[in-house]
Amino acid sequence: MTVTGARRGRYHFAQVARMEWIKLRSLRSTWWTLVITAAGAIAIAVAVGANTKNASGDLTNNALAGIVPGLLLAGVLGVLVMTSEYTSGMIRATLAAIPHRPLVLAAKAAVFGVVALAVGEATAFISFFAGGAVLRHGIAAPAIGQPGVLRAVALSGAAFCLVGLLGLGLGAIIRHTAAAIAVLVGGVYVLAQFIGAVAHGAGTYMPILIVGNSLAATKPECVRAAGPQCVHFLSPWAGLGMLGLYAAVALGIGGWLLTRRDA
Amino acid sequence: MIEAHDLTKRYGSAVALDGLSFDVRPGTVTGFLGPNGSGKSTTMRLILGLDRPDAGQVRIGGRRYRELCWPLREVGALLEAKVFHPGRSARSHLAALAASNDIPRSRVDEVLGMVGLTDAAGRRAGKFSLGMAQRLGIAAALLGDPGVLLLDEPVNGLDPEGIRWIRDLLKSLAAQGRTVFVSSHLISEMALTAEHLVVIGQGRLLADTSVTELSARSASLEEAFFELTSGAVAYQGIRGGAPDGPAKGRTS
Repeated sequence: MTVTGARRGRYHFAQVARMEWIKLRSLRSTWWTLVITAAGAIAIAVAVGANTKNASGDLTNNALAGIVPGLLLAGVLGVLVMTSEYTSGMIRATLAAIPHRPLVLAAKAAVFGVVALAVGEATAFISFFAGGAVLRHGIAAPAIGQPGVLRAVALSGAAFCLVGLLGLGLGAIIRHTAAAIAVLVGGVYVLAQFIGAVAHGAGTYMPILIVGNSLAATKPECVRAAGPQCVHFLSPWAGLGMLGLYAAVALGIGGWLLTRRDA
Repeated sequence: MIEAHDLTKRYGSAVALDGLSFDVRPGTVTGFLGPNGSGKSTTMRLILGLDRPDAGQVRIGGRRYRELCWPLREVGALLEAKVFHPGRSARSHLAALAASNDIPRSRVDEVLGMVGLTDAAGRRAGKFSLGMAQRLGIAAALLGDPGVLLLDEPVNGLDPEGIRWIRDLLKSLAAQGRTVFVSSHLISEMALTAEHLVVIGQGRLLADTSVTELSARSASLEEAFFELTSGAVAYQGIRGGAPDGPAKGRTS
């Protein structure tokens, strides 16, 4: 036997993360989805920028208008990272290689999270500069050094990572691609937007409203039509924490179910 | 060495395994026979820790699967033919598995050569024929050069040449002192490949014996198998010529 017995120790996070990285990068669909996501978000930034008539709004927020639709794809990709293992049967090969199941999910989350963060930040910064570059009518583009601008752009990029991880967690809980995507889209976009529209207080906790109004905003925004007093959206950092909490809860439940259920 | 002790597994109200105990010893090919639905695949999944038994336990070299330090270097498994992502190439699939257990990258090309997939290694595995998929599964099982091999229906989809190849491969792996546990419902194939047999029906052990001894019980190994399993067949058509007559055959 040429290999057995040559090694001591045992598998750790590093080995599992390497496996997950090879799995992620060796699927063409990963790269297509990421490219389409980024290109779509940037295209929206350019369209919004080119059609801005005056400088009264939050121009940084305008330039980040493509982030929210882009999040949908980031979340779907997160779902697929998990559910495609069940669809293909690959999960059995994965868990036979690494029986420590929470470690598998942790490595998946870390690898996918880093990729989604990198793509998200690139998308947010390119959107910001592209959206500013196409402004017309003598409107000055916002500068990255203005108050709150760098934060708004950077946190919008981070939203890709967190919504992607929320998708990954939902994928681990639900295991079926179509059902998990339905819950992600239905829950995050439709239901959460609906709650946001009818109950303004609760709306500030809805993921998409957090991204649009807390993370991507340079200054505190009021919830519209909230009556005479200004009900503020969550502060940017509280919004980021809330989004992180959603992802953490989904991943936590997913990891717990992964260890309990038959593969 | 695989030691299964009192394995019991239920899926809902269906009893898949009912107190199954057996040992698989190194150095010989042990065949795992049973009618469809008798619990062979369930047993394989329990050995690999993929499913959790309701009672009993299974140990590999004295340890439970989840206690293994480098699982792929200790146990190689071929489950159903397709446990890979259809969009990934054979080489990437094996490279990912190799990375998880710190298996050198050179071993990936080595096993691809062993199963005859070198030329197809860069193609998307979803385009593979059943026989090629089966070869990829065998490559994955051999990846860590493990001392224990579990193969669930390895000859499925293989052509006659492939069947002969796997027969010789399994025998040579056993001759090197490895534990080789192969499930099949092809009795004739097991007669040629295995020396020892574990026969189950409806989740219970029916026989744990050598091929020679079981064959001697009846006119042929096949006849001996039918006699053994006649009372423990979950899915069976009515066989006019069955030893027990059609009255006992259930059509469900």
